[in-house]
Amino acid sequence: MSNNKVTRRQFLSYTLTGVGGFMAAGMLMPMVRFAIDPVLQKKDGGDFVTTDVAVADITEEPTRVDFTFEQVDAWYTSEVTNTAWVYKSGDSIVALSPICKHLGCTVNWAGDAEYPDQFFCPCHEGRYEKNGKNVPGTPPLGPLDVFEVRESADGLLEIGMAVPNNLV
Amino acid sequence: MLNKIYDWVDERLDITPIWRDIADHEVPEHVNPAHHFSAFVYCFGGLTFFVTVIQILSGMFLTMYYVPDIENAWNSVYYLQNEVAFGEIVRGMHHWGASLVIVMMFLHTLRVFFTGSYKKPRELNWMVGVGIFGIMLGLGFTGYLLPWDMKALFATKVGIEIAASVPFIGGMIKTLLAGDEVILGAQTLTRFFAIHVFFLPAALFGLLAAHFILIRRQGISGPL
Repeated sequence: MSNNKVTRRQFLSYTLTGVGGFMAAGMLMPMVRFAIDPVLQKKDGGDFVTTDVAVADITEEPTRVDFTFEQVDAWYTSEVTNTAWVYKSGDSIVALSPICKHLGCTVNWAGDAEYPDQFFCPCHEGRYEKNGKNVPGTPPLGPLDVFEVRESADGLLEIGMAVPNNLV
Repeated sequence: MLNKIYDWVDERLDITPIWRDIADHEVPEHVNPAHHFSAFVYCFGGLTFFVTVIQILSGMFLTMYYVPDIENAWNSVYYLQNEVAFGEIVRGMHHWGASLVIVMMFLHTLRVFFTGSYKKPRELNWMVGVGIFGIMLGLGFTGYLLPWDMKALFATKVGIEIAASVPFIGGMIKTLLAGDEVILGAQTLTRFFAIHVFFLPAALFGLLAAHFILIRRQGISGPL
């Protein structure tokens, strides 16, 4: 017994700390997992929303298109209206997200009289070119997102999820 | 590593005497279950506190999802229980723990009563304990309404009618609790929520502190 490296007191304190830690973890683990659930919850990709704009009517001038869909926010389901800036570029349709990449305000086409062919954010005077490319020297650090688009069977514009800009 | 951090803080704050004051004290033989197994009855108070800590923690986490609003309360409870990971467990801890607190507290009271530990000079601590008992019942009563289901609603209607049967001021108590003279609704729910998560816990912390300080001042009562 004389060559004991671990004293009785040490053994007891290690065991008690271990058992106590195990019990505390058993108590706290469900609560922490419960709290961080929003980060870990799987989001399913959104569906396309049909707008009331006919693809044939879309011009080369960016036009504001509002589209309404049902948004499920945990226990609260509601109708939400989002906006896209839509124009025709060659044969394809471009729908730009109006969310400024600086701090999330809403941009407008030709919102500033001095730049009638640019998107303008009123919060910090961020500007974007027609294809969503941010103008250097203004606050935004990246181009506007684009919505996935497609045409419905009866020729109406359908708008999907916003994805990073691939036009710039 | 941990020792070094502790020493660094201790050098500046001198915290050793503080936790020694709280944690380092003799456990008399007659309350130590290792000596006399029947002494486990002296654990009921500590167990009540342990369950109370679980209640506080699980309650804090539940409010991350719960809304005290008649349109959304039930839906948010349904969501947190069925859609959020471990929601059933966390809500279950709070639900069953609520009953367990009452049970443990009752056993603790019985122990104090049958060991005569309430006698002078500890009668003040008995009174503080009665206050804690009342607050715990209040927490149980107010918490029962929050899920806003049928059982909660009608149980609270009965509870409020009981309060309303107090002579002379019963009607006022009823209005004060429900927030309205006739309706048990939106204002009742927000009131009960506020009472449940702010007012009663604040009072509980104060009384618990008094309860524990008195125990340390007066020591544990002697053997039978």
